[in-house]
Amino acid sequence: MALTLSNPARRRLRTLGFLSPWLVGFSVFFAYPLIATVYFSFMHYNQIKEPTFVGLRNWTYVFEQMPLFGPALWNTLWLVVVMVAVRVVFGLSLGLLITKIKTGAGFFRTAFYLPYLAPPVAATVAFVFLLNPGTGPVNEVLEAVGISGPNWFNDPDTAKPSLVMLSLWGIGDLMVIFMAALLDVPKEQYEAADLDGAGAWAKFRYVTWPAITPIVMFAVVTGVVQTMQYYTQALVAGKVASGVNIGPGSVIQPGYPDHSTLTVPQLVYQLGFQNFNTGAACVLSLVLFAIAMAVTLLLMRKRSGLLSAED
Amino acid sequence: MTTTTLGAPAAPAPAPPQPHGPAAARARRKRVLHWIAVHSVAIAVALLFVLPFVFVFLTSVMSDSQAMSGDLWPDSWHWSNYKTVFETPGFLDWWRNSLLYAGLGTLFTVCSAIPVAYALAKFRFRGRRTAMLLVISTMMLPPQVIVIPMYLVWAQQFHLSGTLWPLIIPMAFGDAYSIFLLRQFLLTIPKEYIESAKVDGCGEFRTMVKIVVPMAKPGIAAIALFQFFYCWNDYFGPQIYAAQNPGAWTLSYGLESFKSAHSVNWNMTMAATLLVMAPVIVIFFFAQKAFVEGVTLTGVKG
Repeated sequence: MALTLSNPARRRLRTLGFLSPWLVGFSVFFAYPLIATVYFSFMHYNQIKEPTFVGLRNWTYVFEQMPLFGPALWNTLWLVVVMVAVRVVFGLSLGLLITKIKTGAGFFRTAFYLPYLAPPVAATVAFVFLLNPGTGPVNEVLEAVGISGPNWFNDPDTAKPSLVMLSLWGIGDLMVIFMAALLDVPKEQYEAADLDGAGAWAKFRYVTWPAITPIVMFAVVTGVVQTMQYYTQALVAGKVASGVNIGPGSVIQPGYPDHSTLTVPQLVYQLGFQNFNTGAACVLSLVLFAIAMAVTLLLMRKRSGLLSAED
Repeated sequence: MTTTTLGAPAAPAPAPPQPHGPAAARARRKRVLHWIAVHSVAIAVALLFVLPFVFVFLTSVMSDSQAMSGDLWPDSWHWSNYKTVFETPGFLDWWRNSLLYAGLGTLFTVCSAIPVAYALAKFRFRGRRTAMLLVISTMMLPPQVIVIPMYLVWAQQFHLSGTLWPLIIPMAFGDAYSIFLLRQFLLTIPKEYIESAKVDGCGEFRTMVKIVVPMAKPGIAAIALFQFFYCWNDYFGPQIYAAQNPGAWTLSYGLESFKSAHSVNWNMTMAATLLVMAPVIVIFFFAQKAFVEGVTLTGVKG
């Protein structure tokens, strides 16, 4: 032991040895492609001929000329704001509910958690079926009580709200996180508030909320980062709801109906892998990266428990 | 109440013996009303969460013609739909590919994450904080940001497009999310265990294998489960690398094409949908504890 500890060079080597899988992974699968993305954003490259330098032309193309950039950015920001806000409020409400349940808590926890596990593609296909305007069970039930249901995934106005509903079905992760946070709030504080004659709202506002703020912050920031990557559900919902035959090789316009579900990541895929416009796709990637980094830095600043416990 | 038959043994908590009298009766009534209110809301919400599964299942056993109608309850039960799904060309290949991707991906991730997480949690070295910041940055990075250069490397240098290997191989080099989670878990292992192992003459590697890994089993189980689910659910990765070769599709990727192959046959699509959901749900029931532990690890501990 004395030998290993007294020898700094050997210790450094040992540390490097343990870290080596990640060091290789970080350089090859993160740093290199990131630099290459920046490089390609200044190149014209159709993935066949050699890349040629075009200066800022890809950048001006994306920001000024590309017709789908506006809708895609709008949809992504819409989803980031609405989906994250609704999910956090609903997740917190369910967390509060589950901590109040005295009978059958295990059953309810499982019921609320289970849909989170449904693979996104399967959950989306299921929701497109449940919400299909003609014969879907949801509209059938609504009709039975005299309401004519909306067209859900087939109407540009309700397509994104339908995706929000899908995301609420999979609220399980947030519910568990909030539940754990709520159970961590010291009981004595509630008892003290009771003695002061505090009502339910006052207790939430002055005892619960301050204690769980870091977790709410954490949920918001990770929610924003996840929603910026929002891809699978939007793509699958659009494709399946459109009813277009999607064999391999067939190119479809993403974002059905009427670009209302087109997100920035989908546009990256379309530009890079369907139009082979590598430069413009890389510009979009960097826009995504910039937003993600800004949010991550915010997370670091607020700490929210992520980097604590440095022992 | 019907809820008592549904699950956990916990009874509505009887408070300590109450003094008699009108005030006590009022308090008791308030408690009962509160119990009823909470459980009614809970039952209503639980129904909303469970009903989608029920509708999907009921449709999956309908006849072709009934599945096109708006009926909610099957006239006759066509279990053979599931057999038809299994006999769809490619369906078994997708299963095999999903298992290969998720199985190997999980194995690689766990093996590479353990030493890195151990070093980040327990070694003191210069740049430790920077390394941790970089891990978290990687974790936050949308996969779409780096996908184009990565694809070009795998396709042009290694000629591996049309396979799942470009998704599996990187997992042998440390997945950031798994490293982060496992490190958070390892922080909770007291230093004394590790020091006493070294006093006994164990090197760092032996200490890791003999002491840390057995103590970190719940954490390792959590990252293994998460990674397995991540691979099983992944759609973007297979779409990038395997789209052009149906022989390499996974269940998650193939499912969507299933809908187009059976066009309007919601019954077949719903049967396939349930078959894609089934493995994760079965695994969940066997590993519930590790799972919930892992989820809370992401946000609460640390």
